[in-house]
Amino acid sequence: MIEIKNLVKAFDGKTILHDISCTFETGKTNLIIGQSGSGKTVMLKSMVGLITPDRGEILFDGRNQLTMSSSERKQLRTEIGMLFQGSALFDSETVLGNVMFPLRMFSGMSAAEIKERAQFCLERVKLKGADDKYPSEISGGMQKRVAIARAIALNPKYLFCDEPNSGLDPRTSIVIDELLTDITHEYNITTVINTHDMNSVLGIGENIIFLNRGHREWVGDMHKIYHTSNEALNTFVFANDLFQKVKAYVLSNEKPYPPTN
Amino acid sequence: MTRVMGRPDRFRTFLKRTVDEVTKLGVDSIPLVIIISLFIGAVMTIQMQLNISSPLIPSYSTGLATREIILLEFSNSILCLILAGKVGSNIASEIGTMRVTEQIDALDIMGINSANFLVLPKVVGFLIFMPVLVLFCIFTSFLGGVFIAAFTDLIPLNQFIYGIQTMFQEWYVWYGLIKSLFFSVIITSVASFYGYYVKGGSLDVGKASTNAVVASSILILFADVILTKLLLQ
Repeated sequence: MIEIKNLVKAFDGKTILHDISCTFETGKTNLIIGQSGSGKTVMLKSMVGLITPDRGEILFDGRNQLTMSSSERKQLRTEIGMLFQGSALFDSETVLGNVMFPLRMFSGMSAAEIKERAQFCLERVKLKGADDKYPSEISGGMQKRVAIARAIALNPKYLFCDEPNSGLDPRTSIVIDELLTDITHEYNITTVINTHDMNSVLGIGENIIFLNRGHREWVGDMHKIYHTSNEALNTFVFANDLFQKVKAYVLSNEKPYPPTN
Repeated sequence: MTRVMGRPDRFRTFLKRTVDEVTKLGVDSIPLVIIISLFIGAVMTIQMQLNISSPLIPSYSTGLATREIILLEFSNSILCLILAGKVGSNIASEIGTMRVTEQIDALDIMGINSANFLVLPKVVGFLIFMPVLVLFCIFTSFLGGVFIAAFTDLIPLNQFIYGIQTMFQEWYVWYGLIKSLFFSVIITSVASFYGYYVKGGSLDVGKASTNAVVASSILILFADVILTKLLLQ
């Protein structure tokens, strides 16, 4: 579980995060949603340690990331996997090399074990036959899957995803969402996903935190979101006709969306 | 700088990356060094002969003067200014692209000291191979002069070779090698700095690459003056 308490961050005198407090639960897909400029990325980068907040606490199972020693932080980072918006695969490494990279650096496994584990992770994300290809030779969706395989290679306790569906077609987005949900449940990971993809919000949002202009405005899940009276959230999530129809369908039938068999 | 010079996380990985950098930055520069040195050596010999040919000056002076210029300045300072363009822009654009595509963030999140992981092998690899490039440059520059002497009637070949050999001071070779080591560190560290701290997109990577070449060239010229004063006086 990750707890955030009274997080504040300002750049050049402009406050981006205003006293944010929230909890990200273990074994659930936790979503941070909000408009562009609402502070989602700053919050995510603060959590993984790429940005140092001005004030507050970030607790990883009770361990405050902001006050821990460098060796503790190094240990924590081996427990973190991250999926970047642009995948951030290493251009000079093959697909297999990218997944093997964290294992080579931190696992202490033999070369054969590292290769076996990397291939297992690639199979887990349903990516076969691309081991020897370079990132530039595969599609955006495949790159995302390689990035997920690399992120889970060291069996992380915490998985952070920054806009995982950015630049992907709707079908591939659903595949990535399902993959992230499956992995979260299978390995009991605390997954934090930063997104403004409404399909993700309504499809996999087991715990949703809505940020608006740097304030935490709403917390709930993909079922409660249909019943919210928060105007900013309604405007953001149900912005177009399609999602308004979905909301009307759900509220009139009191059935979950997407429909289950 | 403290982060760059720290102890590598895994020494075997550091060694492998250093060998890769020796190949990429050093060995891959050999063709450029050979081509430039061969032609500049030839042109230098022609110009030297045309400018100092006089009945009062012995004909071997052309070889001697060419040798001194090659050893004292061309094979180190001028060569490094040329390499600042090739190697410096390569490093700045590579690291800069890694920065804007979040590959450096990915390393940091994994708990890897990205500055040390990316920069130190480049600095060490190029430093190790720099003397080899200087020696290649010296040899092929002389060869360029020998071609002119052998295939034109500007200067007798035996007089040119005698000029190259006469009044030879070994210290000048060491002087050139020492200078080149300083210049190699300037090229790799300045280019890495500009690449590592890029903010923005591809346009900014291009700007960083240009700035890296300009800054390292200027620093090489400054260092050249200081080192020449220290080593030759």
